[in-house]
Amino acid sequence: MGRFIARRLLLLIPILFGVVTVTFIIMYVIPGDPVLSLVGERYDEETLDRLRGELGLDRPLALRYIDYLGRVARFDFGRSFVTGRPVLDTIQERFPRTLALAGAAMLIAVAGGLAAGAVAGSGRVPWVGKGLMALTLVGVSIPVFWLGLLLIHLFAIKLEILPPSGYGGGSIRYLILPALTLSFASMATVARVTRAGFLEAGSEDFVRTARAKGLGERAVMGKHVFRNALIPVVTIVGTDFGSYLGGSVLTESIFGWPGLGRLIVQSILRRDFPVIQGAVLFMAILFVLVNLIVDISYGFIDPRIRGEGAKE
Amino acid sequence: MAAGTNTGDAAARRGETEKAVARFFSNRTAAAGLIVLGVIVIVTILPGLVTRFDPIGMDLPASLQAPSAEHPLGTDSFGRDVLSRVLHGGRVSLGVGLTARTISLILGLLAGTIAGYFGGRLDNFIMRLADITFAFPTLLLLIAIMAVVTPGMGALSVALGAVGWAAMARLVRAQILSIRGRDYVQAARAAGAGHLKLIVRYILPQCLSPLVVVFTLGLGMTIMAESSLSFLGLGIQPPHPSWGGMISRGIPFMRTAPWLTILPGLVLTLVICSINLVGDGLRDALDPRRLVPPKGGRK
Repeated sequence: MGRFIARRLLLLIPILFGVVTVTFIIMYVIPGDPVLSLVGERYDEETLDRLRGELGLDRPLALRYIDYLGRVARFDFGRSFVTGRPVLDTIQERFPRTLALAGAAMLIAVAGGLAAGAVAGSGRVPWVGKGLMALTLVGVSIPVFWLGLLLIHLFAIKLEILPPSGYGGGSIRYLILPALTLSFASMATVARVTRAGFLEAGSEDFVRTARAKGLGERAVMGKHVFRNALIPVVTIVGTDFGSYLGGSVLTESIFGWPGLGRLIVQSILRRDFPVIQGAVLFMAILFVLVNLIVDISYGFIDPRIRGEGAKE
Repeated sequence: MAAGTNTGDAAARRGETEKAVARFFSNRTAAAGLIVLGVIVIVTILPGLVTRFDPIGMDLPASLQAPSAEHPLGTDSFGRDVLSRVLHGGRVSLGVGLTARTISLILGLLAGTIAGYFGGRLDNFIMRLADITFAFPTLLLLIAIMAVVTPGMGALSVALGAVGWAAMARLVRAQILSIRGRDYVQAARAAGAGHLKLIVRYILPQCLSPLVVVFTLGLGMTIMAESSLSFLGLGIQPPHPSWGGMISRGIPFMRTAPWLTILPGLVLTLVICSINLVGDGLRDALDPRRLVPPKGGRK
């Protein structure tokens, strides 16, 4: 196990290096001068040169790259073009709110997905199972921003039981709709995987043995089938974490949730490149780390994975 | 002798294709998805079949009309016919989606073939690049790219296509690794076939079915990403209609004219849904081994 973890940690280095490099390339090599967009339509050459000097844009690319690597290693993401605040401060202020939203969404997705998948997979009430599976198809096909607007339309405008948007100082009433919106696609995936796990486990030897030794159907389902179906769900939550982060950009802008996602959209409108770069890099690193944790925890749950990792 | 086996191959392949087509259409949901998708594609290519209105020209006196016989999906705040805009927007969305998938396919084929066929250090390098691409949440990477380039249909297609290369490359590589060592490939190599001939003639045709499936399933995701970007103002720019953009500009009118946000989203969801159904159907039809027994293992 120790070697497995060490290997995974070692693999992390080139990935993180690559992520930082790609973010650098996107922001500085792709056509489009950040300074030009910063000063807008009216500018004179003098202002341009001064700004370029201040931002270090007049130096050779290689130097800027090395400088950038050094700064990122010290968690220095630079300062906002607009407010002058260190980007890291803003991220630290915004991130807990995104985490609360993503965490709530993940909870809903796992709980709802497991329940729906178990109902559909156990085959007790066939028509409910069929309906749930049709719903999962909608779940993976429905754009998150449209779903959010539908929920606002229904619960905030028509029924008027929940607030349409805002943070409400962290009140749970404000969290419900955005969390539900963000959870929906992942819930559908979890439900599909759980159902498949149930169907597969139903024909496994250990389940037949459990039935043969006279275990009640409830115990067979709860103890053996359900547990086995739980394993792939862990992976889903890990891989879906990226869509939580991407989806938070859309969900937060619709619901006016003041997290990292909304920060990115606001910064795009203001052409505040250091903030965009910092927030995107932060989220990408987070995604990499979450996947690392999922990988390692998977190694704990399923010993076969460890073996595969070592063989390669 | 070679000619003989070739015709035999072709016949066998044709038989397989026919069987796969039969399997696809015996799957009722997949067939339904294909029909819905087909109808939508036809009316977006030929919007004149169902509407005579201009998607861009404004008609302010007719603004914000609820759906009626004249305007089946209502009109927007500039008095433009929503149905016409949905159809023209669909043409753009589907066009961008297909272009992007084709770009991903070409990039993935090149990278995956080089990695899988030649192996070694090049393989290692390409696969690490794929890992790095996967390390980003896709939508976030797209947002970052589209935030710095001049948005538009071309940039959008290239960005969506570029981001999708890694999944295609991994698939192609895995296929090639499993095919490379087969007897008939060895035989062709022994008979003097060069690298290019081996790859194009003997190896790639075997990768076709999984590529078709992944191309289709990815198309739904790509259209979803395109509409998300257009929703954020980073994709197709006004006055050109796009589903994401229409939904976004309908938000201020949600209380007075909810159809502006609801109806384009409904069409968008329908399109993605039917693409996913077709993709699932293709997967089951082309690879029957993966078919899950419909009733499970009980009883």
